[in-house]
Amino acid sequence: MKKLFEFKTKTIVATGIGAALFTLLFMFVKVPTGIPETDIQTAYGVGSFFAAMFGPIAGFLIAFIGHALSDAVQYGSPWWSWVIASGVSCCIVGLVYPKLKVDEGICTGKDLIRFNVFQIAANVISWVIVAPVLDIVIYSEPANLVFTQGAVAALWNAISMGVIGSLLLFLYSKTRSGKGSLSKE
Amino acid sequence: MKDKLFDYIEKDNFVFNLSGMTKLLCFLILTFTVMFSYDARVIAGVLIFSFWVLHVSEIRFSQIRVMLYYVLVFLAINFVLTFVFSPQYGVEIYGTKHELFTISGRYVMTREQLLYQGTKVLKYLSVIPLGMLFLLTTNPSEFAASLSSIGVSYKASFAVALTLRYFPDMIRDYNDIALSQQARGLDLSKKERLGTRLKNVMNIFVPLIFSSLDRVETVSNAMDLRSFGKHKKRTWYAFKPLKKADGAAFAVSIVIALISLGMTFFVNHGRFWNPFIS
Repeated sequence: MKKLFEFKTKTIVATGIGAALFTLLFMFVKVPTGIPETDIQTAYGVGSFFAAMFGPIAGFLIAFIGHALSDAVQYGSPWWSWVIASGVSCCIVGLVYPKLKVDEGICTGKDLIRFNVFQIAANVISWVIVAPVLDIVIYSEPANLVFTQGAVAALWNAISMGVIGSLLLFLYSKTRSGKGSLSKE
Repeated sequence: MKDKLFDYIEKDNFVFNLSGMTKLLCFLILTFTVMFSYDARVIAGVLIFSFWVLHVSEIRFSQIRVMLYYVLVFLAINFVLTFVFSPQYGVEIYGTKHELFTISGRYVMTREQLLYQGTKVLKYLSVIPLGMLFLLTTNPSEFAASLSSIGVSYKASFAVALTLRYFPDMIRDYNDIALSQQARGLDLSKKERLGTRLKNVMNIFVPLIFSSLDRVETVSNAMDLRSFGKHKKRTWYAFKPLKKADGAAFAVSIVIALISLGMTFFVNHGRFWNPFIS
């Protein structure tokens, strides 16, 4: 039985390596959409996959550390409101973790729908509510600007998580052999 | 693509010799001071102070040039967008209205708007040297030690240490996989349609992520075998003990934060400094 908030050695290592991946993808691997300054961040797809595999704490820390680190390296200092929103989004996706059995080789259509419901909820909560509100509270940014930015971010990140996250879960389940897959001849 | 996140070049001066814990604390105190305050005078003070510390720490311009460009582009976009979306936000905040010139319709440039947007530019400019100071003068091995010494759980700190350790490996793996897939004709540029591009990205991700999951398995087994996480606390090899200089640096940051708070509560009576009230 998987517990929601366990923090084993494996969770820690997955967090560290996941955050390294997240930083790398966040900085270098964006899919241009044709609209300037709005690339699809592939990092969120991978972040949601790790969150679904290792739970909400790992998800939160992966996105938080990854986003803070890449901001710090690119802009000199993290943009805290969006860093926190990133963490929250992957944390909420991580809530689906106890229900999935991907590492036992099981990934049905129902599991994928469940994952997608969680990720869409996560993106709406974090980018349309958390990020703009923190922007206004911490940085006193104008409200209509940050809510527009938030809505655009929610859409692209939901696409990233929906496509990349679901595909990775499905493909990974194919590489795992399930419980009791051996039969006596 | 750079194969390193940033260069840590050790030097022997005041800033480098401070403990990582002090630098992290000072960084957090000063960035929160700058973020909270909308008083251009306080922020300009912090800006000058942080550039002076940058000078003392002997960080070369070439080390921060790329970041500076990124921030300037970001600031330019933010400046235009703020005006397009909320041309009267300054008036709303400061409660007074001094028109300068009219562009069209509601796009009237006011002194308040200029002050608001100018202060914002100053704010974002002044946090760059602060971030740089922490990032470029702290030994990466000391990061985890400083995080855990300000009260972050050591397991989370260890995750940060692992991130910094494995980042170069991930870049190398990514480059190897991306180059070999491109040699097989994979296109990630704008010439492909969006759907095809996403599919091509997946062809790089699958090997990259599955090999990372194998690595998670190996590393966590190695750590478990060495009894990681058995005790509630741990010590850090890279931790620098605190000295007198650390106390001094900490005191200076606290004084700056207190000045800013004092200005907020006793001089400005709010987050915003309004020179337009007569």
